[in-house]
Amino acid sequence: MATDVRMASESNMPPQKRQRSVWDEVLRNRVAYLYLLPAFIIMGIVTFYPLFYQLWMSFTDFGIRSLNPNSATYLPPTIVGFDNYIRILGFKGGVPQIANFSFLNTLSFNLFWTFSNVVIHVTLGIFIAVILNQPGVWGRNIYRAIYVLPMVIPALVIATVWKNIFDPRFGPVNQMLTSIVGSWNPAVAANGIGIRWFEEVQYPITGIPLPLSYFAMLITNIWLGWPFMTIVATGALQSIPKDMYEASSLDGASWWDDLRYITLPLLRPAMVPAAMYGLITTFNLFHIIYFMSGGGPLRRTEILVTTAYRLVNEQRLYGIAAAFAVYIFLILLVMTLATNRVTKATESYDA
Amino acid sequence: MRDAVVRRAPGADKEERRLPVREQILTQIFLIIVAFTVLFPILWIVSLSFDNIERPSEFRLVPQEFTVSAYQQVFTQPTSNPTPFWRLLLNQLMLAGGVAFASVMVGVFAAYAFSRLKFPGRGGFMLGIIAVLLLPQIATIAPLYIILNGISPQLRGSFLGVGIAMTSGALPFAIWNLKGYLDTIPKDLEEAARIDGASPNQIFFQIVLPLAVPALAVTAFLGFLSGWTEFALSWQFLDINNPNNLTLAMALYTMTGQYASEVPWSRFAAMSLLIAAPVAIVYLSLQRYIVGGLTVGGVK
Repeated sequence: MATDVRMASESNMPPQKRQRSVWDEVLRNRVAYLYLLPAFIIMGIVTFYPLFYQLWMSFTDFGIRSLNPNSATYLPPTIVGFDNYIRILGFKGGVPQIANFSFLNTLSFNLFWTFSNVVIHVTLGIFIAVILNQPGVWGRNIYRAIYVLPMVIPALVIATVWKNIFDPRFGPVNQMLTSIVGSWNPAVAANGIGIRWFEEVQYPITGIPLPLSYFAMLITNIWLGWPFMTIVATGALQSIPKDMYEASSLDGASWWDDLRYITLPLLRPAMVPAAMYGLITTFNLFHIIYFMSGGGPLRRTEILVTTAYRLVNEQRLYGIAAAFAVYIFLILLVMTLATNRVTKATESYDA
Repeated sequence: MRDAVVRRAPGADKEERRLPVREQILTQIFLIIVAFTVLFPILWIVSLSFDNIERPSEFRLVPQEFTVSAYQQVFTQPTSNPTPFWRLLLNQLMLAGGVAFASVMVGVFAAYAFSRLKFPGRGGFMLGIIAVLLLPQIATIAPLYIILNGISPQLRGSFLGVGIAMTSGALPFAIWNLKGYLDTIPKDLEEAARIDGASPNQIFFQIVLPLAVPALAVTAFLGFLSGWTEFALSWQFLDINNPNNLTLAMALYTMTGQYASEVPWSRFAAMSLLIAAPVAIVYLSLQRYIVGGLTVGGVK
């Protein structure tokens, strides 16, 4: 309404007054810009500037000798163009400072790790939610309270505790396995089964290139991840009107038909964003991988973010770390755009 | 579909149908097994922490001698590093609390602007913030380290330096999260106030801000949570030569992982619980709001 008034009066004014300078726009929206100002000044310094700096760094050979301008061995960083990018991909001699480094392997493990986890989380989450949501289940609230627990414990604690659970000699997993297998195998009973979950290089299932540490971390992450999916699924299940099930039972539908034609399609709009969120968080899951397997036997369970950390913390190859970060950003950008598209597609399906 | 929802009898709830006995028993067995898998690591750690074990020789869920000696040891000196527990706690609290508080206080203004005000460049700025959130914080350690080190190695090795680095990721998150919450607050009160002639500042401080307190609390808690177990940045930045430069998260790491040739089991268990319990309790009570915010987009 106010806009209309302004425009009406404008048409009566001589043409040169209608042009608005940038400053006028700023002045008119000064409240908005004022409110934005402190946040953006701070973010400009600590968030955006480092990102642009990192972009510059990725084109240099920044290393530990370029760190301190006052030291005797100071070597100013020189521009090397796309050298870092090319070397990460394995060409031009690769990154010899890191043994067993292969970008492709790390990326494919990262993707496989992500998808295998989320598929299991969502499936388990829905399954348990459906069972829990049956009418008349005793103690439902108690179970709900218990099932939330993995989510509220900090990831650092979960990773370190489960690392100890899989300890070769003193962890409960091996101790339980020792009692079970030791009941018929006296050698095991005497010496302990001693499965080295995180150091064992031999693949447990011949033909499948997944080390034992992957399975240990998979178990841990499943323990950690399914409650979130159950919570989301429960919320969605409760918004399905009961009459649909009554009508279908009148039509003689079995529980499987119910599941397939009513429950699952109606769960989809809620589960898809949850699954996408799970994909992104699992892809970047630093704590579990770093603290449990540390990258696994011979870097076989490294993911992108743990490699990035290693490059900075252990190898101190800052230029390469910067290029690596740019790669991570591009990959995540593609993933996020793809997951957003999938989410929107399912939303419109149900609209 | 609409009619079906209305026709449901008022007061009828999930308990209106009872589960047949066979289904009930099967369901209960299944749910109990699931509950056990969830609880067993927790019970194990709790029992370890109340025990006095250097190396557990067998798996037990009940402590063989109930004692709080592990907790006592943790409170005086958890690791070989001579820093007492209260100092570690203080350091971690400073970092987590300071960054959470600052990011929420500064961020709420920007979140309000994005949520309520229209201005040129709004879309662009918002996109910039979301783009920044895409990158995991681990991947921003390198430039932050170099830049802070360039300003002064003392700054980089201090808690202030770590705090500044943590803000880099905390502030965009706070703005994005708060904007989401503010979007759900109905605009009617503000419209009414504007018609009555209230200035934008008055509307913000006297109407929106009080309504936004739960949102502020949840966002501050989430920021605090990520800072409470912050490991990577502090490990990278802090000057190890100063023994006071240790946080809870770093201490926990030294009790396990590559640095522990022999894990001090009971002490480790006590330490884990001391770190996990406070935030777990708060998280449990706030849980409804946190997950609600994440699912608001999905369940329409």
